[in-house]
Amino acid sequence: MRAAMKKKDDLHLDRRSFLCASTAAAGGLLVSLYLDFPAFAQEGRPAPPPKVYPPDAFVRIEPNGKIFITVNRLEFGQGVQTSLPMLLADELDADWSQVVAELAPAAEVYKDPVRGIQMVGGSGSIATSFQQYRELGAKTRAMLIAAAAKRWNVTPDQCRTADSVVHGSGGQSARYSELASEAGRQPVPASVQLKKPSQFRLVGKPVRRLDGRPKCDGSLKFGLDLDLAGMKVALVAHPPVFGARVKSFDAAAARGIEGVRDVFEIPLVKGSGVAIVADKFWPAKQGRDHLKIDWDFSGLTRADSSKLRVQYKQLARTAGFSSVARGDAKAIENIAASNQIVAEFEFPYLPHVPMEPLNATVRFDGDRAEVWVGSQFQTLDQAAVAEVLGLKPERVTFHTEMAGGGFGRRATADSEVPREAAQIAKRMRGTPVKLVWSREDDVRGGYYRPMVVHRVEIGIGADGMPSAWRHVIVGQSLLAETPFAMMMKDNIDPTTVEGVNDTHYIIPNFHVSAHHPKVNVPVLWWRSVGHTHSAFVMETLIDELAARAKTDPFSYRRKLLKPEARKLRAALDLLETKSSTWRRRLPKNQAVGIACHESFDTGVACAVAVSIENKRPRIHRASVAVDCGLAVNPLSIESQFQAGLAFGMSQLMAKGAITLKDGLVEQRNFDEYVPPYMPDAPVAVDVHIVPSTEKPTGCGEPPVPVISPAVVNALTRLTGKRYRNLPLVAV
Amino acid sequence: MATYQLNVNGQSKKVDVDPGTPLLWVLREDLKMTGTKYGCGISACGACTVHVDGIATRSCVVPVSLIGNRKITTIEAIAQDPVGRVVQDAWVEKDVVQCGYCQSGQIMSAVALLKATPKPTDQNIEESMGGNLCRCATYVRIREAIKSASQQL
Repeated sequence: MRAAMKKKDDLHLDRRSFLCASTAAAGGLLVSLYLDFPAFAQEGRPAPPPKVYPPDAFVRIEPNGKIFITVNRLEFGQGVQTSLPMLLADELDADWSQVVAELAPAAEVYKDPVRGIQMVGGSGSIATSFQQYRELGAKTRAMLIAAAAKRWNVTPDQCRTADSVVHGSGGQSARYSELASEAGRQPVPASVQLKKPSQFRLVGKPVRRLDGRPKCDGSLKFGLDLDLAGMKVALVAHPPVFGARVKSFDAAAARGIEGVRDVFEIPLVKGSGVAIVADKFWPAKQGRDHLKIDWDFSGLTRADSSKLRVQYKQLARTAGFSSVARGDAKAIENIAASNQIVAEFEFPYLPHVPMEPLNATVRFDGDRAEVWVGSQFQTLDQAAVAEVLGLKPERVTFHTEMAGGGFGRRATADSEVPREAAQIAKRMRGTPVKLVWSREDDVRGGYYRPMVVHRVEIGIGADGMPSAWRHVIVGQSLLAETPFAMMMKDNIDPTTVEGVNDTHYIIPNFHVSAHHPKVNVPVLWWRSVGHTHSAFVMETLIDELAARAKTDPFSYRRKLLKPEARKLRAALDLLETKSSTWRRRLPKNQAVGIACHESFDTGVACAVAVSIENKRPRIHRASVAVDCGLAVNPLSIESQFQAGLAFGMSQLMAKGAITLKDGLVEQRNFDEYVPPYMPDAPVAVDVHIVPSTEKPTGCGEPPVPVISPAVVNALTRLTGKRYRNLPLVAV
Repeated sequence: MATYQLNVNGQSKKVDVDPGTPLLWVLREDLKMTGTKYGCGISACGACTVHVDGIATRSCVVPVSLIGNRKITTIEAIAQDPVGRVVQDAWVEKDVVQCGYCQSGQIMSAVALLKATPKPTDQNIEESMGGNLCRCATYVRIREAIKSASQQL
């Protein structure tokens, strides 16, 4: 359907100013973007009028009855390519069996309605597009009804809809496909009545993924599967130390490989590399293996994780920038040492290693370019490619490719992968070039979850509850020196302290501070971001406090939770009920561990049954309860939580760390950095959703934080030991 | 470069490639069959699993020159196999996939398991599937789908 509606442009960022801002790299880029973001709006600026989205950019009804719904996000496993169409199709009263989902290209109209850029992150896709997609469906339905009413000469309120058909009160009926072109000529209604939750037909029901079958028969094309006429494949020899430059290189042997077409130096975001362009992947790989490169390391700091650990632990003994200062900072000094817990925690660098290696395809035609990327940050990646090629962003057609996982890795502020591809395409003008990062490039390529140290001093009151809590966190900032630096608050990166500074536990004297050392290792958000480490620290310490108070871990947590922590409390209560039977019937060699944590406005509680097999935790069972507001697709939520728990086992793996020695990353591939495989994951996971009609919140990241503390709490029950240094090399 | 006559999914395919090229890249780039995936290149993740004479094989480390006249089966043809069809349908019915990138390899490994052991124990499943990495970690549902398929065999 085509609605003749002019897009409102007044709120949209002027592309010219965006391009100028983006060339400033750090600095002002997102200032203008975030004017739309209420949390970052300038003080005193009047709230912008609500955006109006043209339905024709999101819905297309074809003569054969197929309804194409455009998804303004990347699909990379989280299921949004099914859930967002469900919201639209429900309000549209569409026949779900005819719905086809399509990923949107980069465009103004597909920007996140709250965040002002086109992106996936922060478990926000459903939360921020819930209203948008429902309204789009309801408006489209109203336009179809208007067309039918006109055709039958009746009023719209005499019409009803079901399964892609408009029915008139006099027995008339017309399929949506028959009405589509007339409907496109109707005015877009300014406002529409949305369904009450009781009227939903799809929302709230378990619905299988639209991409299920093509992902099981090999037919679905990911970015890496792209095959264009005349396309070449490129690999890049990246510097062994972050930021190093090519001093000189000898490409004679590489050029001798049959199928290698060109070898040349390209600038990287930091430093430079050597690109090898070949007919296919294998000659490009052979060519790269035969390159001889002399690197210039001058002026670079060579990061070394064992030295960083010592430095971080020293820093943690001093107060950093203050994030929370509640109550008396000296309260802890009045508590006897025997009533204190002093604990230090270490977390390593973690790579995302999505299954589909990073890639980007670019064709540069001089005055325009075309790009294919599985991108979490379409707006930034499009601008970055445009900048490299000296084009305006609107001259860069940007296709969002289906991505094989990401977990944050496809959302970099500096767009380093698309930039590399653009640098290569610039030289190969007219030829589409697919840049592939091999797994080794990915493991060694940086952009890791930062290495983090926590030092916590807790003073325990006479009631066994924490009365004083001093907490220092040391970790590189994700936001500093990026276009997102404006999200820093009082020199604190909120992504470092989240999960601690906003704890839902009642702690009267509570002081949190953070240090952000500068290290020559690029860092990035890793699924659930700061909560990866903060939940582990908080939930293992709370368990330790409960044990010292000789109190059941459920009731201790419940007693300590603030009254307003409704979601956590609801999740904890539901978990306790649903897991009570199996928790009471455990074999002798198994122990229970629990943890609860709220992240991205979703409350989660988890219980696991663990034994020790071959010196590793064996998770026989997990139960998890979640309060995520209205459950849009309970099947997708179940799947996200089952698998998200297992993903969260990443940081307990024996080889679950990236380490650096003298500036060099010591791991190369899945034999040296080992993520969880089937035997490392819970054998069975039952998921329980707290019934709710509140606005939906995220489910992509919230599963991750709870599992590692729950497992370690169980291990402590089995061995009596505390586990505070990750990865978990030995139990 | 050398010429090879490969038997892929019951069809004879001629390719002209370097003898050291792994079967994975011959399938993906020369035969344009991209259902078989590149994940690690060192036989550590299983995304590239195909059947060579019925045996689950990591195609990323097998040079094309070693294939000879062995029969290669890939995800694109697994539905033509009765066990393959049941496994694929169980995967869809149980809504196993998330990002889906590893699932061709998971399904190929599962089919090989169920052909050899139609009623696998949990231990059999872990032994056969333990080398197939799913970074989304959909292991609970993979296990359920294998058990569901097993009941139908």
